[in-house]
Amino acid sequence: MLRIERATYDAIVAHARQDHPDEACGVVAGPEGSDRPERFIPMLNAARSPTFYEFDSADLLKLYRDMDSRDEVPVIVYHSHTATEAYPSRTDISYASEPEAHYVLVSTREHGEQTGLAGDDVEFRSFRIVEGEVSEEDVEVVESYLFGHSPTTVVYD
Amino acid sequence: MAIQVRIPTILRTHTGGNKTVEGNGDTLAALVDDIDAQHPGIKGRLVTDEGKLHRFVNVYVNDEDVRFTGALDTAVKDGDSVTILPAVAGG
Repeated sequence: MLRIERATYDAIVAHARQDHPDEACGVVAGPEGSDRPERFIPMLNAARSPTFYEFDSADLLKLYRDMDSRDEVPVIVYHSHTATEAYPSRTDISYASEPEAHYVLVSTREHGEQTGLAGDDVEFRSFRIVEGEVSEEDVEVVESYLFGHSPTTVVYD
Repeated sequence: MAIQVRIPTILRTHTGGNKTVEGNGDTLAALVDDIDAQHPGIKGRLVTDEGKLHRFVNVYVNDEDVRFTGALDTAVKDGDSVTILPAVAGG
């Protein structure tokens, strides 16, 4: 299961909307071994494409150097699909190389732009991709890690 | 002195979990051979049967992506730092 803070969830969705119709991509880093996605890092899609994404090579090196120096790992690797469902494509699976990461897929196919109307949600799903095998997992959105797992009285849905 | 090589998570099964290993060689190709002799299987994850770097692996010597410096022919020397990172990409 992926547990993610509301603010981080919203930031991923906002990035996906902003870059629509191109795919958006990025990482949420967290302390090694914690499984807590804490530091939101939107990345440039060097492919600038509606059907492909790739971190720029120099950006990738800088990202990993930075994470290494902070003892962080990519807890979430996210990207958007802008015309298809939020499910890993064959290309996604063939490139997936972080067996411990949560691969978050967001689809903006219905709602590229925020309208504020009812039903204006992008699809947000999370997967593990290990040795070519995809398994979907639940996503739990928490208001803040500070409040741990306690129930919240604020209902957003 | 030797050349320090950063190993990505997905290849650490070949290095007993180590994040960095050391090796020697005058070129990246020679270095990869040396690393593979110590940690069998690494080379096959980096280099294709045709002897080219895999498309989905990025290798850097110090700060330079070797795609722009001669790929496996890139010269390396003691004290260099080599970083291997899988591309983060998809469709």
